[in-house]
Amino acid sequence: MEKNNSKVYWKENIKYLFILLTVWFLVSFGGGILFKDFLNEFKFGGFKLGFWFAQQGSMYVFVILIFIYVKLMNKLDKKYGYDK
Amino acid sequence: MINSIFLVDSIGVQNWTYILVGITFSLYIGIAVWARAGSTKEFYVAGGGVSPLANGMATAADWMSAASFISMAGIISFAGYDGAVYLMGWTGGYVLLALLLAPYLRKFGKFTVPDFIGDRYYSNTARLVGVICALLVSFTYVAGQMRGVGLVFSRFLEVDINTGVVIGMLIVLFYAVLGGMKGITYTQVAQYCVLIFAFMVPAIFISIQMTGNPIPQLGFGSELVDGSGTFLLDKLDGLSTDLGFAEYTQGSKSLVDIFAITLALMVGTAGLPHVIVRFFTVKRVKDARKSAGIALLLIVILYSTAPAVAAFARTNMIETLSNKSYATVPEWFKKWETTGLITFVDKNNDGLIQYVADNNKNELVVDNDIMVLANPEIAELPNWVIALVAAGALAAALSTAAGLLLVISASVSHDLIKKIINPKISEKNELIAARFSAVVAVCVAGYFGINPPGFVAATVALAFGLAAASFFPAIILGIFYKRMNKEGAIAGMIVGIVVMLYYMLKYKLGWFDEVTPDKSEWWFGISPEGFGSVAMLLNFIVSITIMKFTPLPPKDVQEIVEKIRIPSGAGKATH
Repeated sequence: MEKNNSKVYWKENIKYLFILLTVWFLVSFGGGILFKDFLNEFKFGGFKLGFWFAQQGSMYVFVILIFIYVKLMNKLDKKYGYDK
Repeated sequence: MINSIFLVDSIGVQNWTYILVGITFSLYIGIAVWARAGSTKEFYVAGGGVSPLANGMATAADWMSAASFISMAGIISFAGYDGAVYLMGWTGGYVLLALLLAPYLRKFGKFTVPDFIGDRYYSNTARLVGVICALLVSFTYVAGQMRGVGLVFSRFLEVDINTGVVIGMLIVLFYAVLGGMKGITYTQVAQYCVLIFAFMVPAIFISIQMTGNPIPQLGFGSELVDGSGTFLLDKLDGLSTDLGFAEYTQGSKSLVDIFAITLALMVGTAGLPHVIVRFFTVKRVKDARKSAGIALLLIVILYSTAPAVAAFARTNMIETLSNKSYATVPEWFKKWETTGLITFVDKNNDGLIQYVADNNKNELVVDNDIMVLANPEIAELPNWVIALVAAGALAAALSTAAGLLLVISASVSHDLIKKIINPKISEKNELIAARFSAVVAVCVAGYFGINPPGFVAATVALAFGLAAASFFPAIILGIFYKRMNKEGAIAGMIVGIVVMLYYMLKYKLGWFDEVTPDKSEWWFGISPEGFGSVAMLLNFIVSITIMKFTPLPPKDVQEIVEKIRIPSGAGKATH
């Protein structure tokens, strides 16, 4: 049971990592680099959108991602009794 | 009100600098005396009981070096869009750190990064490779910090650079040797407060001056206050192209290089031992995750302001200087000209300053560092703000230097002496050895600060490249791939480092050719700064290939891996 528990816990952890890191990749390497020229067609105040992702937006998303991860993992720890 | 400003201003920039630097330095020393380390555990990991908030602040100060504080805004200012590689690279790495490394390494619960490498790969050879990587990375990095301390002293207090380096050495020596990680942690908390205040105050002033918006991150995307209704960035794009530069928001590096540099800086950040080791100091696994989040939040406050400062300063500079008569330039221009950070050569003898992209016609050369150091003067801010920038720059340089010195001393006293050479050494003697190696490390760092080796310019890129090519893959595989064995990991690290060093020496320093090879010869069009990503991939490929042909790791090591994946029961760090 104990062994099984840890396997399921690890699987869910990996799933979270996969989702969060996909977002991490999309905002920085996607929005800020690969799709920059396309996004620059759009404007956000005085910012061209691709430029904004590169110099502002991706950093804000990074911070949010870590705090989401903290929340998700605290919940997961509790669910499997690893929060002690 | 106006009277009191004049009164305050009559104290003068230099006296203000003495006052502010004096106060902050006494504060650091006071903290160091209060937080003396009494055991190796306190010396290496501050006893393992630091709160997530304090650790987040300490990590942020540890991370933000003289380069982040003084140079980054200036680099972005001249690079425009391309400067984003530093912004995304040096923050995105924290996501990797928080999600893939910090919690597991905290659970593992040892003192240093080579500790993990040595135990997880059940081999002292692996440990030794880890020690060599840690020393290489940390020494290349710390030399630049001591130089930064010297520069700030010489520019603001008009002492000799070397005297500045020596003063910096004495201060760091005092609190790193006395307090170890415990002393460093709490001084870094204070240093974060000093440096963030010093960075934000001028930025807010300038943002209000130029756009009327007190928040620089928003002012950056606002209209100018001159009533023209033009957005700041549109204006800057126009000014740049008029002078023959690339459009500010477009940049000029190739897509593949931007991608590679960003990736190399991200994984390099996540693999830097002085950053990783900060997460050994908190109590529980959940604290490690949380403090990574707090650290990044505190870092992003400065990093999201820097590109705004960059754009303000660039616009300001072009408008104040371009095509203006040299005879009527403001006073700060002449002052910084004497330091050699601004040079003007009137090539066509018309008495005007031509600032253009074409090197044959350009008459003005401005050092990157000016954008932060002289910004308060350019914007005509009060003297105490100018002095504050000096105190902030010193806080940034000292905090990073101290963190690196600790990694160096722990690598020697713990990983080398205790784990490899003399495992029977007593706790008391290990602590003496740790302090002694810290003293030696400070002296070596000071020596490099006074006699900077020719490769100082390449060192930051090299440090990140090496960390990306060595530690990052070895740690990731150690946690996420139970079957990874010592043969694979050792081979991977060695191949990664050797290839990285070779590429850097060949394409950055030109050691193997008459002249440094041109960018047309770069592999896949990737610059030495971005090559860490290629070296990292090579490390992964070599590790996994070798592993397939060599025996699985022993059962007990596989059990260690199972254990570090579970957050509960993280005891205090132990030998």
